[in-house]
Amino acid sequence: MSRPLLVLDARLLDPASGLDRRGGLLAIGGRIAEFGPQVTGALAPSGTQVVDARGACLAPGLVDLRVGFGEPGAEHKERFESGGRAAVAGGITSLALLPDTDPPIDDPAMVEFVARRARQVKLAKVYPMAAVTRGLAGRELAELGLLKAAGAVAFTDGFAAVADARLMRRALAYASMIDGLLVQHPEEPTLAAGGAMNEGPVATRLGLPGIPAAAEVVMVERDLRLLELAGGRLHVAHLTTAAAVAAIRAAKARGLAVTCDTTPHHLLLTEAEVEGYRTFAKVSPPLRGEADRLALIEGLVDGTIDAIASDHRPQDQDSKRLPFGQAAFGVVGLQTLLAASLELVHTGRMGLLELLRKLTAAPAAILGLEAGRLQRGVPADLVLFDPDAAWTVTEKGLLSLAKNTAFEGRTFRGRVLRTWVDGRCVFEAEP
Amino acid sequence: MATGELRFERQHLLGIEGLEAREIEYLLDLADGFVELNRQSEKKLQLLRGRTLVNLFFEPSTRTQTSFELAGKRLGADVVNMAVARSSVVKGETLIDTAMTLNAMHPDLLVVRHHESGAVALLARHVRCAVVNAGDGAHEHPTQALLDALTIRRRKGRIAGLTVAICGDILHSRVARSNILLLRTMGARVRVVAPPTLLPAAVESLGVEAVTDMRRGLEDADIVMMLRLQSERMQGSLVPSVREYFHFFGLTHDKLRAARPDAMIMHPGPMNRGVEIDGPVADDINRSAILDQVEMGVAVRMAVLDALTRRLRANR
Repeated sequence: MSRPLLVLDARLLDPASGLDRRGGLLAIGGRIAEFGPQVTGALAPSGTQVVDARGACLAPGLVDLRVGFGEPGAEHKERFESGGRAAVAGGITSLALLPDTDPPIDDPAMVEFVARRARQVKLAKVYPMAAVTRGLAGRELAELGLLKAAGAVAFTDGFAAVADARLMRRALAYASMIDGLLVQHPEEPTLAAGGAMNEGPVATRLGLPGIPAAAEVVMVERDLRLLELAGGRLHVAHLTTAAAVAAIRAAKARGLAVTCDTTPHHLLLTEAEVEGYRTFAKVSPPLRGEADRLALIEGLVDGTIDAIASDHRPQDQDSKRLPFGQAAFGVVGLQTLLAASLELVHTGRMGLLELLRKLTAAPAAILGLEAGRLQRGVPADLVLFDPDAAWTVTEKGLLSLAKNTAFEGRTFRGRVLRTWVDGRCVFEAEP
Repeated sequence: MATGELRFERQHLLGIEGLEAREIEYLLDLADGFVELNRQSEKKLQLLRGRTLVNLFFEPSTRTQTSFELAGKRLGADVVNMAVARSSVVKGETLIDTAMTLNAMHPDLLVVRHHESGAVALLARHVRCAVVNAGDGAHEHPTQALLDALTIRRRKGRIAGLTVAICGDILHSRVARSNILLLRTMGARVRVVAPPTLLPAAVESLGVEAVTDMRRGLEDADIVMMLRLQSERMQGSLVPSVREYFHFFGLTHDKLRAARPDAMIMHPGPMNRGVEIDGPVADDINRSAILDQVEMGVAVRMAVLDALTRRLRANR
């Protein structure tokens, strides 16, 4: 068991309760014992690690809804060790892992493998998501009940949408029996087939096959109808278009059990990044136009979009140093999740607490995790950060094995100083 | 050819995008001179003597490759043709590996065709020699646009102010993209004529008018540029059938009546007679400039090779 932890003189931020005030936090036995202005050095039991926050922000550790590692099958892209280090350096203390590995996480034994590897590595807490369909092939249901019993927190076929409408209906209906969450990649696969970037003027000029924005809303609207029909809980991953935001806004107004997220790269970047055939801007779903980007921010602010997820998808050089059409999709994002998201605060679009909610309490609630809030008795998963300290994203500074960041060379304000998991310090920034 | 001042100071020719009108004029002027040379019985110059030109074709093209080969040889260069089958690329050698291998061979000029948009620019970033894009995916084919421009300029005396109708598979065509860019830069009006399934999204953003009715598209056109429709695209996914395509978009003398009486017909080749163009139209020597285009092709490629190596030669 870890030593007691006492953080003094912090700006305590808890989006779940709306707390934003100066004070300290004491954790004993890996759990939060006390926090608030009344917590001072006098409270420290012997052997306590005492940290003077000097006014920096202390918040619940981030909960990342959507992360891919390369284990098993692509260990050269990301291992639990490297991915774990990148996560905690980004202030992430819990993450939901995608099942699109090789072999995929479609069997209870594979869920246990993930849990065991995460326990060995002991950095961020790793919650496996399991496949909806056997082999992610989109044909037969995986053993959803047994997978959930083994510890799967949600079901998704990763970057493949469950395309068959009847199968999706059955997955939703069956999962409702076990209160399972279905996470869908919102892209109608035949409309998107062969596409490399957003359909529009840039793709036309570059001569690249496009993925129309409509491919997203077509799938989202279909799934919302199926949700109405079948019941269950649906989470739409990485929303990228204004039309899909509007569809979900309307569905929420109708009272449907739907949630959704988007990513920092879709919030900050547009298809213009692809200019010069930059393969680090090749992501799925693709970066869209400026109007879509602004609609995502709008949706985040008005509560339509519940959370921001990194959508961390490591790719090695050989997968990216290729002609654009042949290059793999994806960017790494664990380490930049907080800093990139804070741009919305620095540009005045959101308050700090409001933003942190999208990164902590909201994703934790979607996954049903005991995480993402400051509360007596909950695990002391915490991040200490300076919201104004500037740093520049460099390949060298990335702890992931893969370096495919969309933000290379970009200077962000917001630096993680320390991260604790169960009261144990797992990351400390170099002074 | 006089050495002259350096008026084309680019290291590579990767596309028409970004070229200024004066640079295009310069290349066309240079090419005009080579047209005359090519018509003489003694065609060989020594401008590129001792230089090595490598033709690197990831996608087979007898015509373009032969044209570049002739151009290189007539300027005195040693020309090597490297045919790279798609399969060997799939087997694992990446484009960057290929670039490294080529660097070790010290070529002076590299002429590259690749089936992926942007691939030639990617290769150019990793080699030390001058690179000419001989067609990359659906992106650009700059020497085709230059040879088309030369053909137009020689027949019509100008490019500015002309109305050009580009007809056919605009969606997949690098020839269309390069031609649109060049013709717009030189002040022509451009119409693209195709069924909606063969028009790229937001095609108007390229500064053209999109028309789906062939006769309306050809109205008052000075130039009718036909594009090849690949056979795999005729089988129902993009157009229902060859005969339906020909019915609506095949160039016949009847449809051509909408264009100006002196309208010139062009085609980058190879033609599909009875698909995008009726045989008698293609063979109409009063209207068709198709064989001129082939002749201009060699001259334009000589001009490009000459222009790209001037700095190299000046530093000798």
